[in-house]
Amino acid sequence: MAQTLLRTPLHDRHVALGARMVPFAGWEMPVQYEGVIPEHKAVRSDCGVFDVSHMGEFEVEGPRATELLQATLSNDLEKIGPGRAQYTLLTNERGGIIDDLIVYRLDEFRYLLIVNAANREPDRRWLREREIPGSDVRDVSDEYALLAVQGPRAIERLGLPQAEQFTFAEGEIDGIHCLVNRTGYTGEDGCELLVMAEDAGELWDRVLVRGAVPCGLGARDTLRLEVCYPLHGNDITPETDAISAGLGWCCALDKEFSGAQELREIKALGPVRKLVPFVMEEKAIPRQGMAIEGGGEVTSGTHSPMLDKGIGLGYVMADAATPDSALTIDVRGRARRGRVVKRPIYHREEAD
Amino acid sequence: MAASETYPDDLKYHKEHDWARIEGGEAVLGITWFAQDSLGELVHYEPPNEGDTISKDSAYGEVESVKAVSDVIAPLSGEVLEVNQKDGERRPVRGRLARADPVGRCRRGGVPSRRRRVQASRRRSLS
Repeated sequence: MAQTLLRTPLHDRHVALGARMVPFAGWEMPVQYEGVIPEHKAVRSDCGVFDVSHMGEFEVEGPRATELLQATLSNDLEKIGPGRAQYTLLTNERGGIIDDLIVYRLDEFRYLLIVNAANREPDRRWLREREIPGSDVRDVSDEYALLAVQGPRAIERLGLPQAEQFTFAEGEIDGIHCLVNRTGYTGEDGCELLVMAEDAGELWDRVLVRGAVPCGLGARDTLRLEVCYPLHGNDITPETDAISAGLGWCCALDKEFSGAQELREIKALGPVRKLVPFVMEEKAIPRQGMAIEGGGEVTSGTHSPMLDKGIGLGYVMADAATPDSALTIDVRGRARRGRVVKRPIYHREEAD
Repeated sequence: MAASETYPDDLKYHKEHDWARIEGGEAVLGITWFAQDSLGELVHYEPPNEGDTISKDSAYGEVESVKAVSDVIAPLSGEVLEVNQKDGERRPVRGRLARADPVGRCRRGGVPSRRRRVQASRRRSLS
C-alpha cells in the first residue's frame, strides 16, 4: 500500500538545492546534495548542516515525570540536572532496545526526548501505556524542526559560545530563537538546533550563509559509522540487548527499569555475541545482512571516506570479539578478510 | 565528480546502461555516465578474472558507491582479455571496465532513454 511520505518544513529548499530525495522512515528526506563523500569531508574538516526534522520529540512533564522515565529509560536521570542531556535507551521487558534517544532535562519536572523517526509511534505507545498520575507524555514532533550543525568549525561559524558536550541552552542564531543542544551523531563538535517549525526555513538559510555545507542522510550514516554510533533498526533493535551491543555504559543496572533484571543476567553470564566495529583488510564493502564466518552478521557497513576502505559494525561470537581478531565476511559469495578494531574506527589523529 | 553527460556515437549501448566499443576483433566494455551518476560516487569495482567467459545480458562484475551495489551487465558474450583494475590495485573507477574478445556482436541499441532512475533490478542494496 502506497503511503504519502511526510515532508519537513525544509523540503522545498532541499529540492531547490538539487538534493536527491529518498523515502526514509516514512519521510521524504535528502540523501545527498553534492555527494556523500564531499559532504562527509566537509563535516570532518569544517562544518555541515543536516535537516533532521523527521526525528520525533516528546515532552514529559509533571511531578512524577522523573519516576516514569526512571522506570522506562536505562540511564540514571539522577546524574543530570536542568540544562544537561543524556544518551539513554528505551528498553522492553527482555532488555531489548525499543529505541535509543537523548533526554534533555528542561527543569526538575520537565524533560524533552528526541527519538528516532521510525520509532516515534512505538515509543509514544510504550510511554503512554506506562503513564502514571502526575506524568504527562506529549508528542510535540510537529511543532519543531531540528537542524544538526556539525564539524570542528560549527560553533565558531554559528557565533555560539563554547559549551560542554551534552549541555543545552536557549540561544539565538541571527535573531532566530532556538534551543542549542550540544549533541550530535557525527563524532565532531557541533550542536543540534531545535527550532519552531515556522522558523526552520529562515534558520536553515542563515546557517548556509554562515558557511555550513548542506549534508544528507548518506553522509550522516558514513559519519556515525566511522565513530561507531549504533543505528537503531540496524545495529540495535528490540531483539538485541544493550550489553551485547556494548551499551552497558548507559544502563544503570543499580536501579529498576524495564528489562533491568534481564540485562543484569546477561552481564553476569557474559553475552553470547557482541557488537564489534571492524575494518576490511581486502578491497570490499561490507553491507547490512552479510554473514560473518563463525555465526556472525554485519549490521551496518559502508565505505569509509576518511580511511578509504570498507568498515562496519556487526555481531560476532564473544570469543571472536576482541580487537585485532580476524574475521571473514561473505561478500556476495566471496570471502573477504577484515579485522575487529577498537571504537571508534576513525580518529582524527590517525588519519593522514 | 559527476560523469559528463554524453553518449559517444562510437559506443554500442545495452539497455542496462552498459556499453561496448568494438575495436577490430576486440571490444572495450564499460558503464554509461547515467549509471555512474545514478549510483553516486563509485568507490569500488569488483572485476571479473582475465580469461572468464561472459555472456550477454548477464553480470560480469559489480560496481559500488557508498550506498549501493550494482551489477555490471555484459552487452555481448565473449572472453575477458584484460580488466581495468588488478587485484589490490587502487585506481579511480572509470567508465571503461574491461576488454573482451566477443563471440557475437551486440546489436546497436541506440542511445538509452534518460530515465530518472536506474531500473530497480540493477540496485540490489540501497539503504
